[in-house]
Amino acid sequence: MSLTLVIAAFLTIVNLSTPILLAATGELVVEKSGVLNLGVEGMMLSGAIAGFAVTFLCADPELADKLPWLAAAAPWLGVIAAAAAGALSSLLFGFMVLTLGANQVASGLALVIFGTGISSLIGTAFVGVAITPFDSVFPESLAAHPIGRLAFGYSPLVYFAFLMVAAAGWFLNRTRAGLVLRAVGENDLSAHSIGYSVIGVRYLSVMFGGAMAGIAGAYFSMVITPLWAERMTAGRGWIALALVVFSGWRAGRLLGGAYFFGVFMWLELFAKANGFATILPPELVKIFSFLPSQFWASMPYLMAVIVLAVMSARGRGGAEAPACLGKPFIPDA
Amino acid sequence: MDGKPRLQLRGVTKRFPGVLANDNVSLVVRPGEIHALLGENGAGKSTLVKMIYGVLHPDSGDILWDGEPTPIDNPRSARKLGIGMVFQHFSLFEALTVLENIALGVDAKIPQNLLEAEIRRVLDLYGLKLDPRRIVSTLSVGERQRIEIVRALLLNPKLLIMDEPTSVLTPQEVEQLFETLRKLSAQGCSILYISHKLHEIIALCETATILRAGRFVAECDPRRETSRSMAELMIGGNLKEISRTPGRAFGAEKFATRALSLPKIGDFGMALKEVSFSVRAGEILGVAGVAGNGQNELMEALSGEVASPDQMILLEGKTIGRLGPTQRRALGLSAVPEERNGHAAVADLTLALNGALTARRRMGFVTGGLLSLSLARAYAGKVISTFTVKALGPHSTAGSLSGGNLQKFIMGREILQEPSAIAVSQPTWGVDAGAAAAIRQALVDLAARGCAILVISQDLDELLELCDSLVVINLGSLSRVMKVGEASIEEIGLLMGGVHGDPQATVEMTEALQHAH
Repeated sequence: MSLTLVIAAFLTIVNLSTPILLAATGELVVEKSGVLNLGVEGMMLSGAIAGFAVTFLCADPELADKLPWLAAAAPWLGVIAAAAAGALSSLLFGFMVLTLGANQVASGLALVIFGTGISSLIGTAFVGVAITPFDSVFPESLAAHPIGRLAFGYSPLVYFAFLMVAAAGWFLNRTRAGLVLRAVGENDLSAHSIGYSVIGVRYLSVMFGGAMAGIAGAYFSMVITPLWAERMTAGRGWIALALVVFSGWRAGRLLGGAYFFGVFMWLELFAKANGFATILPPELVKIFSFLPSQFWASMPYLMAVIVLAVMSARGRGGAEAPACLGKPFIPDA
Repeated sequence: MDGKPRLQLRGVTKRFPGVLANDNVSLVVRPGEIHALLGENGAGKSTLVKMIYGVLHPDSGDILWDGEPTPIDNPRSARKLGIGMVFQHFSLFEALTVLENIALGVDAKIPQNLLEAEIRRVLDLYGLKLDPRRIVSTLSVGERQRIEIVRALLLNPKLLIMDEPTSVLTPQEVEQLFETLRKLSAQGCSILYISHKLHEIIALCETATILRAGRFVAECDPRRETSRSMAELMIGGNLKEISRTPGRAFGAEKFATRALSLPKIGDFGMALKEVSFSVRAGEILGVAGVAGNGQNELMEALSGEVASPDQMILLEGKTIGRLGPTQRRALGLSAVPEERNGHAAVADLTLALNGALTARRRMGFVTGGLLSLSLARAYAGKVISTFTVKALGPHSTAGSLSGGNLQKFIMGREILQEPSAIAVSQPTWGVDAGAAAAIRQALVDLAARGCAILVISQDLDELLELCDSLVVINLGSLSRVMKVGEASIEEIGLLMGGVHGDPQATVEMTEALQHAH
């Protein structure tokens, strides 16, 4: 395998892993507070269309003449819009499960359907148009060097994702607010009786999770392919959910887990591009080309199923989960 | 000591819809006094204490603090006055460390390293053993209680309220707790001690206030009373002693295990090692031991929740190790697990259905795969009336019953099936004196009808009162069988082996047992 190939593979894997890392970081915080929001996919799609639409509209050529700064800031405004859209849609979920005490699983699934629907509806106006993605935040010369690209060749959102994983880990384990959040997820009744606002903490967590999922969605529509396509997040929200379980609800392990899934997502692209022909002897290529590309496309999902099955078989699947995960909080009168 | 009481209640009344929980109750706690608050379940102890701690507010009457009428609006203002409380059910966060748990409960924001130093100081001061860095889920019940105590002590309380603190502790832990409380009292901290266990109150308290049905009944000096006299004040009548026919002869072996060995399950499990016992018809065998020495594992193996090699468990000579709970019940082996809600009974189901869950086969509720609800209701009704369960009827949900009443229902459900053998774990855990006596009597009567009974309990007094013979479980193995009349408390204490064979703990345990008797 040539060096170029390795570098290209590495870049692709980081690229593909970033959205699930972003979404999983948000979901980790949500679940640590005791709420199971299965609607990650829906919030990602809301964020994807909001980010795309705002970037496109802000970069409108007519506007750009009058307000050049707006066009320059368009992708950033897009990301902010994506975060806002994700948080807003999560508020809908929050209202149902926190204020009304609705079932979290059903409400989360409803949120997926809602996000899919509303993003398709808004998206019809944006089919076939393109946006200008982020500029590199580093000098061209750094990113141009093949090895330099490994460190400096990514979208700013990649660095943001790293930062957020570290920040989430620090917040949860090192700050008093994080301690309160974990306490709420561990034993809501006790936290309530001590005098913490369980519902308040959970609303904030849910909104953070929504914002992170929104940004994860924007990564698809603004970085991976700067085009709008319906359902373009392609089920990655579900992988993000699996990743949280896979990490054992620990921020540090999210990173490794994201790249684990990233490798399998990369394999699909690699197989589609007939990459096996470039690295394997012809006899083996025959075997691999026998497998349709759909097989490789299904691999990350298959791995998610296998990982979750293995983890619960080891009897650890639930042991590390926040004790109140998915249970509605009903304070006694 | 000055004349002013630390805490005084004058004519406190609290009414809930349909219930008069406290009716004109008065109480005086002097500085440094260990004051017992006694009463059966539902006598209004919890309501009274909740008013002192500011969780509830009296409808009428005064609370005086250091002689001044002081309204207590909420727990925070109670803590400000210097009132600390250790609840019966701990409000702990299992996945967090001891330190984090305490940090969450402290009103003032103290940096964690300062808090840790403060915690260590309090631990040293009162000779409490606890590692602030441990995760709570790895701690024993006694250690968990210490967290709550430390949390209360950090506030330098002038009054510490303990709500049934020993109901979940081992004898050794109880003695450690008493030492701490005596130290506190010597330093001038008053203690309001709520308990059912009368011998503990006699050993610990200087004054006792007795409540019955929400009313003040008497104030007495427990050191001058007997368990019996106080129990009679509590229930307002004569306490029935267990009556048994003297000189009963036991029948043939009915229920036995033969070198029952099972590997441990999970991180906190305990392997069973060659457990052999034999219970004859009419015999009650007690299994004593410190919690976590294999009691749960033994219970699961006997009930059939965990299967074992077939020949290891015998019921009336038949090997049943491989059978599941339903098949064992059909053959006449009943089991009552320790946990009432969620294990012995389903809280959201009616009593009729809860009865049907274990009695449907033996009592013939099922015909052609269909459950007869009318038979199930009738059976539940019979259990309710036979065992004087306080419930609205067979349609009440199990969760709506108080602990003692639900336990009576569960015991009754099994006993009326006339099992040929029964395994019972903690039959009177958290049950008030009257209900506990009724449950014990029912077990003795069942044995008299020829049932072989195995009782697992951490309450040694209960086992000594109830059983014909006794074994001790330690680290998953059983001791030799002792006849109750001949067993010495010292030997039982030694066999219990303290905390997993730690020799020092064994000594402490033996001392604790000597103190307790």
